[in-house]
Amino acid sequence: MASVQFKGIIKKFKDNTVLNGVDVDIKDHEFVVIVGPSGCGKTTLLRMLAGLEDVTGGDILIDGLRVNDLHPSKRQIAMVFQDYALYPHMTVEENMSFALRLRKTDKGEIDARVSEAASILQLQKFLKRMPKQLSGGQRQRVAIGRAIVRKPKVFLFDEPLSNLDAKLREEMRVEIAKLYQRLNATIIYVTHDQVEAMTLAGRIVIMNKGIVQQVGSPIEVYRKPANLFVAGFIGSPTMNFMHGRLSLEGEKLVFSNADIKLTVPPYLLSDQKKHDGREVTLGVRPDDVLVGRDGQDCSDKVDGVLEVCELLGHRENLYINVGGMRLLATVEAFFNRSPGSAVQLCFNYRNMHVFDKATEKRISD
Amino acid sequence: MLRKMISAFNAELDSLSSQLKDPIQRRRLFKFLLVHLVIILAAAVCVYPLLRIFSVSLRPGDKLFSTDLSLVPAGATFKAYASLLKDTMFLRWLWNSLVITIATSVIGVSLASTAAYAFSRFRFPGKKAGLILLLSSQMIPAGMLILPLFLMIMKLKLMNTYLGMIIAYSVSSLPFSIWILKGYYDTIPRSLEEAALVDGTSQVGAFWRIILPLSTPALSIAFLFNFTTAWNEYLVARVVLFSSKQYTWTLGLFELQGQYITQWGMFAAGSMLVTIPVLCVFLYSSKWLISGLTLGSVKG
Repeated sequence: MASVQFKGIIKKFKDNTVLNGVDVDIKDHEFVVIVGPSGCGKTTLLRMLAGLEDVTGGDILIDGLRVNDLHPSKRQIAMVFQDYALYPHMTVEENMSFALRLRKTDKGEIDARVSEAASILQLQKFLKRMPKQLSGGQRQRVAIGRAIVRKPKVFLFDEPLSNLDAKLREEMRVEIAKLYQRLNATIIYVTHDQVEAMTLAGRIVIMNKGIVQQVGSPIEVYRKPANLFVAGFIGSPTMNFMHGRLSLEGEKLVFSNADIKLTVPPYLLSDQKKHDGREVTLGVRPDDVLVGRDGQDCSDKVDGVLEVCELLGHRENLYINVGGMRLLATVEAFFNRSPGSAVQLCFNYRNMHVFDKATEKRISD
Repeated sequence: MLRKMISAFNAELDSLSSQLKDPIQRRRLFKFLLVHLVIILAAAVCVYPLLRIFSVSLRPGDKLFSTDLSLVPAGATFKAYASLLKDTMFLRWLWNSLVITIATSVIGVSLASTAAYAFSRFRFPGKKAGLILLLSSQMIPAGMLILPLFLMIMKLKLMNTYLGMIIAYSVSSLPFSIWILKGYYDTIPRSLEEAALVDGTSQVGAFWRIILPLSTPALSIAFLFNFTTAWNEYLVARVVLFSSKQYTWTLGLFELQGQYITQWGMFAAGSMLVTIPVLCVFLYSSKWLISGLTLGSVKG
């Protein structure tokens, strides 16, 4: 296995800058998920590591070796493509052994490796089948098997589950997690699905518009998002944002806008005087908007009107209008109030986030 | 046994009559019959001339016109076939045609497959203009190309040679083959080649091991096009070849046409014989003309 470093990576397609100075260090045996919205440059970064795209600027290092100009086959990486990319004229076995046959590996060795990978992925029954005779999940397993047999330094996964249906995606996600535990390999996994990112990653790299927004463990990026983008991207349902101004009222720091007025506790923003007059955005996750029984002990209550209820099974989404502002609260199922009724809500300040409105960077502790 | 057959027939009749009662089924049946009637008529129009030629080739003497409409005429004989093979250089002409045609097809498809790959996969200056140029060259009438081809082959000192013919034919069918193959390559997902590159092939290796095996339907079409064009070509052959030993069958058959008399029997027999290689090639390549070869490679 190997470490991977991206140093100041720039990628331009003519005048369009897709990646703008990406710096990421990936350690040996690490499972790193690169996540971001469509067009953020995550797949381009992966393809550059694979050698399928030229590097406009910066360096890519695998195990300390600069690989910018190295042919894909010389990089000792294996890639699982979004659309599987199985060779349709070859059987499952031939697909999996293709790379080894190219390297003229001993026949016995090829058979051993293919059968090992097939047993890991439960593909033994399908070795003689053609790709068209397999289901989507089986094809994806073959694509992963093709990567495993090569015993590469780094595994690259390019949105491998995005073409599967929800149930299969869940199953395969568990399979990949198990596979990582078994192989303990360096894996770089690209996805736009934050659930995959949160559940699989040892560390998450969040990207937007060709720039790395934050690198950290899943819980780190969830609990302490570095900026507004990360706060809005990670977590489902999306975080509520309230724009307003901080001002000192006596000793208290108060957040206010036309619709709402809240006291900001010192544990959320220390050195409160410093923030007097600052334009900020408050972020609060739907789970931390407390309504009904959850919020009965709150002192700082806000009045609102229930607009829509969405029952999800064990939880319920409540869209509440506060002044002209719509807030989403996620509460236990069967809230039992009809739309249009008045509700009182409050916030769990411990899990609230404050961002500077101009820079969009996190300023809360 | 008979009872079984009668009951089966009755069941068929019942199902047909029940179908005829249902207006949707009736419309479907009518459409089915109409389509098949058109197909049968088209097939008859295509096959009729062949049957007439076959009939002429079997007639005793050199009668082209006859009031007899039967396929096998009275006194049918294979004499025309025998004398064509024995008394003329027909086998030699057939051989010449075969050598030129196969070489043309192989060279044409090889050149087209690689050129089309470049047009399909790489970005280079003049790509679009090149494609349009290739397409526009197909719009020039064949007759207009005779003189330039003649001059070119003469300057290359390849008159009356196989090579001269092969060059002329390969070049003229290249644009069509390139367009056919490029169109097909465009439908093959790039990720297949990229997977091959990551697996350890070179770009050429990916083309050879992945793209070519997947392109057999398009390669077959290009091969067939090259084959039939070269096999049936007359004009260029007339200009380039001048010794009867080097003639292709198209020129050779015209040898049978005299100023005062034409040996129609032999002419027809020759016409029947020359269809055999084309028929064989078509039948053989039909198994490659299957679509959906890339099925299952990527999510679709």
